[in-house]
Amino acid sequence: MPRKPIDIPCRVDHLSILSEDGEVDREMEPELSEELLLRMYRTMLLCRRFDERMLTLQRQGRIGTFAPIKGQEAQIGAVVPLEPEDWIAPSFREMPAEVWRGKSLESVLLTYAGYNEGGKIPEGLNNLPIAIPVGSQILHAVGIAYGMKYRRKRHVAMAFFGDGGTSEGDFHEALNFAGVFQVPAVFVCQNNQWAISVPRSRQTRSRTLAQKAVAYEIPGVQVDGNDILAVYVAVKEAVERARAGEGPTFIENVTYRMSVHTTADDPKKYRRDEEVEPWIARDPITRFEKYLLKKGLLTDQKVASVDEEVTREVREAEQRWALQVEEGIDPMGMFDHAYEDLPPHILVQRDELRRELEEKSSQRG
Amino acid sequence: MAKMTMVQALNMALAQEMEKDDRVVVLGEDVGVDGGVFRVTDGLIDRFGGERVMDTPLAESGIAGFSIGLALYGLRPVCEMQFSGFSYYAMHQMEAHAARLRWRSQGRFHVPMVLRCPYGGGVRALEHHSESREAYWAHTPGLKMVIPSGPRNARALLVSAIRDPDPVVFYEPKAVYRAFREEVPEEEEVFPIGRSQLVRGGKDVTLISYGATLRPTLEAAQTLHDRYGIEAEVIDLLTISPLDDELFSGSVRKTGRAVVVHEAPRSFGPGAEVVSRLVEKAFLYLEAPVKRVTGFDIVIPLYQREQEYLPHADRIMKAVRETLDF
Repeated sequence: MPRKPIDIPCRVDHLSILSEDGEVDREMEPELSEELLLRMYRTMLLCRRFDERMLTLQRQGRIGTFAPIKGQEAQIGAVVPLEPEDWIAPSFREMPAEVWRGKSLESVLLTYAGYNEGGKIPEGLNNLPIAIPVGSQILHAVGIAYGMKYRRKRHVAMAFFGDGGTSEGDFHEALNFAGVFQVPAVFVCQNNQWAISVPRSRQTRSRTLAQKAVAYEIPGVQVDGNDILAVYVAVKEAVERARAGEGPTFIENVTYRMSVHTTADDPKKYRRDEEVEPWIARDPITRFEKYLLKKGLLTDQKVASVDEEVTREVREAEQRWALQVEEGIDPMGMFDHAYEDLPPHILVQRDELRRELEEKSSQRG
Repeated sequence: MAKMTMVQALNMALAQEMEKDDRVVVLGEDVGVDGGVFRVTDGLIDRFGGERVMDTPLAESGIAGFSIGLALYGLRPVCEMQFSGFSYYAMHQMEAHAARLRWRSQGRFHVPMVLRCPYGGGVRALEHHSESREAYWAHTPGLKMVIPSGPRNARALLVSAIRDPDPVVFYEPKAVYRAFREEVPEEEEVFPIGRSQLVRGGKDVTLISYGATLRPTLEAAQTLHDRYGIEAEVIDLLTISPLDDELFSGSVRKTGRAVVVHEAPRSFGPGAEVVSRLVEKAFLYLEAPVKRVTGFDIVIPLYQREQEYLPHADRIMKAVRETLDF
């Protein structure tokens, strides 16, 4: 009995379309309308400005802890190919993808300012709320995708997670279930190199994260995650495959967390500034901007006016949020949506709180 | 009406709900071709096909998280944990997501799923196959926790659990699975979640139990009547959370005495909550301290000693006598 190699399909590509100076690979360049390209650019910039503003609000003590997204705006490319009937299961660093899919900036502010009400998802919007336990939401996308297959819908469920998430058991169980059941799921790993203070090299010895797909016999591809065109192309391919009933895909977007993990940590403790520097040149927004300038879709003047416009949009959202908070949000809302019908013992507890609040307000009055 | 074991009654509940509603799907380890290690899902794959009766990879967290996705999409998954002792892998998904998604999304999403688990001792099994840890689930806001005690209520409660808009953890006393048969009507029967049941009337003392320990409790009540003329009222909780405290506190206001019986460990167990509610709702009527006859606060021993660990009728009778003699 000789020992011989087993033929295992294990091709893992790396995909990149835009260079750091915004030069495009003509063969790979996707055909996107001017309107869509500009909307992608505008949303990236909107999310950058919103992120910056939230950091200021957090430092001023007006909102609580949140996870900044700076440098990861090219993730928008992953949701551009989706239809409203498709679903996303985001983690906590997918604000740009959520905003592209219709989440309002004021709802983001409400959540980070500590109000449950910020989690409200409008009817018809198939975005799951953000999942904070790392990697745990990936399975939900797989179940949703099974439902789509069961109902014979040509829809897709997309899960987002980070490099740290690929160390969790739920990640492996999700890819395994997806492979076994051949569901229309797309797994988007935002490999931003850091899980708080732990570098990517401590999560796995694997050369790529994309190769983990090989074990589950689903296609895996590594993408320049700061190149919105490459992200778009890779995901579009995966989405089309899913819609055609050809099963799931795993996409590793190589990006970088330019800012803190959350506003509660200080990266100086675990990474040197020199390490961050090369990533400034790879900034997803400036690259895309250079591309659009070269293409003649943007001018310096237009760049300035878009910036002004999105800055105003952030300010207006902030005003709406502040007004809502000022008008007062009823603390009794904490009991809402615990169950469809609150059981008797919780009704009693709700009355306890109501009476306490009424007594407090009558003492004040 | 046919006489059925609990296994058959549960199987009937699943089959009838699947027949009525194509949103209902069944999944878990060995639930398809093998029909489940206890045969609760026997024959379902032949009737409803592999798309609705899924043999899944061996991964409890995966089964629970995948079921959450199914439920979010509008299906009604009934997933099986092969033994409750392996369900802790799934606990994170249940606690972090099944129990919270309605709340987190402010009512936009909900997770109508059932997590079925055979639980409890008495079947001479290996380690991890005999425990009774319903308190973990009952302590989790957003979940409901149900434990039937016989074939008929198992069927009616499982139907209610499948139709419930919120996630239900459904513990099945495997010591009861084939222990006895009961008439179970062919036509639809539901029993509301969150309601307990009076199963024997009496005036001297109230016995409160559920699941597998209901039988030794009833046996004790019968012997107390036969031998000593003591009339024990017996209440079957059926739902652990939300706990129906109306029936048992009303009973204790009448009898003045109570004994709570379960095989789960005593400290912080469901009995502790029952006693608290009695203190809140029937304190001035109590003639004696409320007794708890429960598992000990240790891991349930391997099967040679499990009969000494599990509450039995003699131990329950002794507790009743002490309560009456106080």
